[in-house]
Amino acid sequence: MTGNMEVPAGRMRSTVLGLSRKQWRWLGLLGLVTVAVGLPFVMEGYRTFQFTLTLAYAIAVLGLNILTGYNGQISLGHGAFYAVGAYTSAILMNLWGVPYWATVPVAGAISLAAGFLFGMPALRLQGLYLALATFALAVATPQLLKLHALEQWTGGSQGIVIIKPDAPFGLPLTQDQWLYFFTLAITVVMFVVARNLLRGRTGRALLAIRDHELAAQVMGINTALYKSGAFGVSAMFTGVAGALGAIAVQFVAPDSFNFFLSIAFLVAMIVGGLATISGAIFGALFIVFVPNLAGNISQAAPWAIYGVFVILFMYLMPYGLLGLLRRLVTRFRTVASGAD
Amino acid sequence: MTFRPFAILAFALTGLGLLTNPAVAKKYGPGVSDHEIKIGQTMPYSGPASAYGVIGKAEAAYFKMINDEGGVNGRTINLISLDDGYSPPKTVEQTRKLVEQDRVLFVYGGLGTPTNTAVHRYFNAKHVPQLFVATGASKWGQPKKFPWTMGWQPNYHTEGRIYGEYIRQHIPDAKIGILYQNDDYGKDYVNGLKEGLGDMAKRMIVAEVTYEVTDPTVDSQIISLKGSGANVFFNVTTPKFAAQAIRKAYDIDWHPTQFLNNVSASIGSVLKPAGLDKAKGVITANYLKDPTDKRWKDDKGYQKWEAWREKYMPKSDPSDINIVYGYSSAQTLIHVLKAAGDDLTRANIMKQAAGLHDLHLDMLLPGVTVDTGPDDYYPIEKEQLYQFDGENWVPLGKMETD
Repeated sequence: MTGNMEVPAGRMRSTVLGLSRKQWRWLGLLGLVTVAVGLPFVMEGYRTFQFTLTLAYAIAVLGLNILTGYNGQISLGHGAFYAVGAYTSAILMNLWGVPYWATVPVAGAISLAAGFLFGMPALRLQGLYLALATFALAVATPQLLKLHALEQWTGGSQGIVIIKPDAPFGLPLTQDQWLYFFTLAITVVMFVVARNLLRGRTGRALLAIRDHELAAQVMGINTALYKSGAFGVSAMFTGVAGALGAIAVQFVAPDSFNFFLSIAFLVAMIVGGLATISGAIFGALFIVFVPNLAGNISQAAPWAIYGVFVILFMYLMPYGLLGLLRRLVTRFRTVASGAD
Repeated sequence: MTFRPFAILAFALTGLGLLTNPAVAKKYGPGVSDHEIKIGQTMPYSGPASAYGVIGKAEAAYFKMINDEGGVNGRTINLISLDDGYSPPKTVEQTRKLVEQDRVLFVYGGLGTPTNTAVHRYFNAKHVPQLFVATGASKWGQPKKFPWTMGWQPNYHTEGRIYGEYIRQHIPDAKIGILYQNDDYGKDYVNGLKEGLGDMAKRMIVAEVTYEVTDPTVDSQIISLKGSGANVFFNVTTPKFAAQAIRKAYDIDWHPTQFLNNVSASIGSVLKPAGLDKAKGVITANYLKDPTDKRWKDDKGYQKWEAWREKYMPKSDPSDINIVYGYSSAQTLIHVLKAAGDDLTRANIMKQAAGLHDLHLDMLLPGVTVDTGPDDYYPIEKEQLYQFDGENWVPLGKMETD
């Protein structure tokens, strides 16, 4: 909606198949909404559950992208913030009977604080050193969750079982469908927030810091504030995702938040496309569905097959799925407008 | 979608059967036809517990044999075994796929405590049997609260209590040091031991240390146990750590009376790597025949098992106790399916599973049987204590029951 920048002047008025670029965009959005809303009515409950999980992961991947893609700070530990969100939600519901929808903003707030606090000391760490520090966070998470001292809240290794919410106001939806729409609504909100944040002044500041920190500083950007702020916001997104994931899965346990989860987010971010917003959705689809596909191909070595998929994606689409789509659209447009 | 016609057909046939002759009525739940019974399973074929994946392979191989012999009442067993990587969210996803998309009659032999916990409520809300879960936690036998879930093996709590009672009776001056895995499994054992020790527990237990599945070794834990002055070592660890613990204790010249949990009682995969001489004197409790034990060479059950293994799992490790586990568990299931006859509904499967009496299996120790009832969802409850003589497990005393 802020179409006043980024678009090269020469292409502004070009039309494809009689529709302007803006009209195409609206058409695409309409199609997307139709698919997103229609999905749970044509899918079985279990598929709906998978897509709910995909949406939650997409928010987490978007969060990671704010930090790594836009701000250039590498995090191998976002599974930890996902766990913070998930546990916040589970503990609130389990111990204090807080309704599930009210736990999501709390999970976001606590993760924001956790991310901001972790981001401040992380300011001193650059590149690979930061990667290592966040790696340590990811590895420590399952063990911290099992700590004896925290057991009365976390349930130790046994975890916490959550009761699945019913659709409110007597809506004729199954639990799965309702959870899907609940998650979808929050996903849309989070994506709009991210878009407004990244397409404006803040986004430009983050990009400037990523591309040349010293130059950004010279231009008057408070790099320390923006960097730890990026950490906080990124963790908030991931924490909200964790809460939604926990509500969908109905169970949290330390074994769910191992180091592998953090790596999965990283894979999703890169496969979807670094520093893109909608790429997060493609990335999330990848980490939910490709492991199953790999398992179908070979039961003996599913992760080897998964690895092959990742390598193929990196090789064939170095700018992620969204990068590929964009290139195709550009090419199509060039060809089409050439024919006009 | 491909399923609907079959379901309708099944319904129609059921109706027809009821009309024509109620005595031979066939009643089918989801996933059942005249030719097939479809069942599901989640297994850690990848991830930290992948060593147990062989249980799923053994079960599939057992059903292959049953199918080659004509199946159960003319129906072949179609086991859909999916990888969950020992990750609870993945278990939820795969379980829901099995129940809602593949439409299996029930889920059988799912492995792992956290993984099964994640779907415990789901099965009971959906009224789908979660049968013979492959975990020894004590929470799987609550027919009142969770009527659709049943365990199989003796639970860890019971086994811990057997050790506790033995120590109380035979080692009055025991100073016990415990090493256990920091999760449900470890704690179940320790609680069982304390129950068996009774009022002696406080005085006898001098040290409790834990480890995490992700730890590289348990060396430092063994050193601190030695330092506590314990003369009895209760070793509640999974195979890799069990071997490390036995070897480390010997190497630092600590020679307590050792109790090793059944989870790691394999000669081939634990005692051999630890060093057979170093493991001499270790005590364990068991309910399965150890395939490396030469005593069973002429045993009929063992010979049947070995013949099956050679034909259906020729490349497997003959000393792997997990293969015996899978074989025996699958054999139990076949008994249930045979007993269910043509009434293959979910309710009848649970009813038959809760109606096993004095069932002998090829690879259960003599005297150990499978017994269940409407109020007893713990199929195997007897164990025999054994001591390792440097070569074999030698029976110690009489059969212990719960």
